[in-house]
Amino acid sequence: MRELYLGVDVGSWSTKAVLIDGQRRPVGKGIRRSGVDLARATEECRAEALAAAGARAEDIRRAIATGFGRDAVAFANGFRTEISCHARGAFHHFPGEMTVVDIGGQDSKVIRVGAQGRHMSFRMNRKCAAGTGAFLEETAIKLSVPSEKLSELAARSTKRIQLGSFCTVFTSTEILGLIRRGERVEDIARGLLASVAARIVEMEPLSGTVVLTGGVIAHQPFLKEIFEQDHGLRVLVPPDPQFIGALGAALYAAD
Amino acid sequence: MPAARVEIKASAELKRVMAAYYEEIRQAAEEGKGKVAWCTSVGPAEILYALGFRVYFPENHGAMLGAARLSSSLIPAANSIGYSPDICSYLTSDIGAYLKGETPLKKAYGLKSIPRPDVLVYNTNQCRDVQDWFSFYQREFNVPLVGVSTPHPVPELGEAHVRAVEAQLESLIEPLEKVAGTKLDTAELRKVVALSRECSDLWGRVLRTGAHIPSPISFFDGCIHMGPAVVLRGRKEAVEYYKILLAELEGRIKDGVAAVPGERIRLYWEGMPVWGRLRDLSELCISLRACFVVSTYCNSWIFDELDPSRPLESMARAYTKLFINRTEQIKEAYIRELVREFKVHGVVFHDSKTCPNNANSRYGMPRRLAGAGIPTLTFNGDLCDLRLYSDAQVRTSLEAFVEQLTGSAGAQEAKGRGQERP
Ligand code: SF4
Repeated sequence: MRELYLGVDVGSWSTKAVLIDGQRRPVGKGIRRSGVDLARATEECRAEALAAAGARAEDIRRAIATGFGRDAVAFANGFRTEISCHARGAFHHFPGEMTVVDIGGQDSKVIRVGAQGRHMSFRMNRKCAAGTGAFLEETAIKLSVPSEKLSELAARSTKRIQLGSFCTVFTSTEILGLIRRGERVEDIARGLLASVAARIVEMEPLSGTVVLTGGVIAHQPFLKEIFEQDHGLRVLVPPDPQFIGALGAALYAAD
Repeated sequence: MPAARVEIKASAELKRVMAAYYEEIRQAAEEGKGKVAWCTSVGPAEILYALGFRVYFPENHGAMLGAARLSSSLIPAANSIGYSPDICSYLTSDIGAYLKGETPLKKAYGLKSIPRPDVLVYNTNQCRDVQDWFSFYQREFNVPLVGVSTPHPVPELGEAHVRAVEAQLESLIEPLEKVAGTKLDTAELRKVVALSRECSDLWGRVLRTGAHIPSPISFFDGCIHMGPAVVLRGRKEAVEYYKILLAELEGRIKDGVAAVPGERIRLYWEGMPVWGRLRDLSELCISLRACFVVSTYCNSWIFDELDPSRPLESMARAYTKLFINRTEQIKEAYIRELVREFKVHGVVFHDSKTCPNNANSRYGMPRRLAGAGIPTLTFNGDLCDLRLYSDAQVRTSLEAFVEQLTGSAGAQEAKGRGQERP
């Protein structure tokens, strides 16, 4: 029998699972839309991770669940918040002091991680779509592009546009005005990503090493450039950034 | 495995005291046995009791509406007649309830409706909303509206502040005597102020039991048991009640009974309660073995300036020196002192959307405390309007804060301390 540890991160948008072995090496992962049946999404993620690892459910020694839907993980042995899990997962890739910025579908968090890998303090965004994936989902519709395309478009931008509002509804109206004014989609797309970054920087003064995690950076890699260009930050992005919470949970499971 | 949570036994007596209080109001409003004055929660209740009024506190009603989770369906009615969803949700819940003819007082205490006021009395020491709130009812009921406009926010209390408020208190007497149909008897006022002070002292001692490790009382218990300190201060019933409660809490200290069994983290609650989530938050804290041992909110009904030998002057001092009415510097010093005295690990700020007056996280205080080595957490929510509150976000924030504190405190429990599945 193998010795594996599982972390499951049930986010508002997607559910992720990461399986690691006794040496804390990732051996499998799975991802599903969280949808309305969280229990099913978690089961499917686990099955996908197990299949990728060529392992069986009995090989899992311990499982830790995190994320807003953590209670739905029937097979979890324990829970940790996504704050601790993102800190832990990011520290696994970049040991040392850092600020983790986790931008998710419905919320974003700025987490200060100490030299020992523990979170020292954190900020969560307010109850608003601004600075989250939901903002991009909603505003991309007004540009008639799928939200995954925003990053690609933004990378081709030649002009900086600063959006006047952070309200998703106001921004949607503003976009219509920008289009009417003849602004290019590429520049508006960059403006949308820049708005997300600006909301994050408002939450907490950022300095030192900034590590971006979560689903939004996974789908919008150009956001890294924006943080660097607009805010002069040193930004690192770990591999599979949307799995960092699940990886952190798996690492806790292996403790 | 820590012992199970033990209920506070005095709760039964509390129910009886509150029922008797509302029964008196019912008899006055519905059977003509006395006059009803409405008063703001830190208004000049002593004068009203000394004049023989039955004193009704709409904020208590607002809290009941919030606790019964009725606010979200009542607030829109107030919004529709022009009271913004951004102003005090006690006000909008209460006015919404009035417009819809609803009140939990019917079921809880057998009142037909909220009691019709004979006079409305406010003090703006807490906010302007109370004055606007009472003005609505003045128009509805066409009864006198009188009050005190307190200088706000005050730094160190100066004699000029005291004189200004004392003079206003004095000027309330004549119109109130007219409504009461009787003269204010100074001896009676002194007696009421003495009882109010005694109640306040006992309530202060009740809250100070929280400084003990483990604490026999939590903020959530405090929110329930503060009822008499708000509505019956100046009456012997409140004094008697707090003697019972204090004895029980002192007994708990002797027997090692904790409000949160296995208490490992001690927290400070800053800002308004979330009335519709007291139970849930209390249960969450029990599961995290974290206890809110102190709050500025519950402390707001400790009036250590009250002095029966100088009734009006001391009332002016007490009601102007309230935490909510002070400058940021004084508030910060006050919180720091309590953090030390109650051996608190972290301060949690509730940024209550519709009560900017008592949301103390908005002018940089959490950062300044954090800079001084006191960990802080701020969450967004509201006192009554649960549409402004996210269970998932608050739960995650509190859990993560406890994870942070157990980690940084270097407690032995730090290792493997996650929340295990039961
Ligand atoms: S202090 Fe806040 S909760 Fe109290 S009446 Fe004023 S606005 Fe409402």
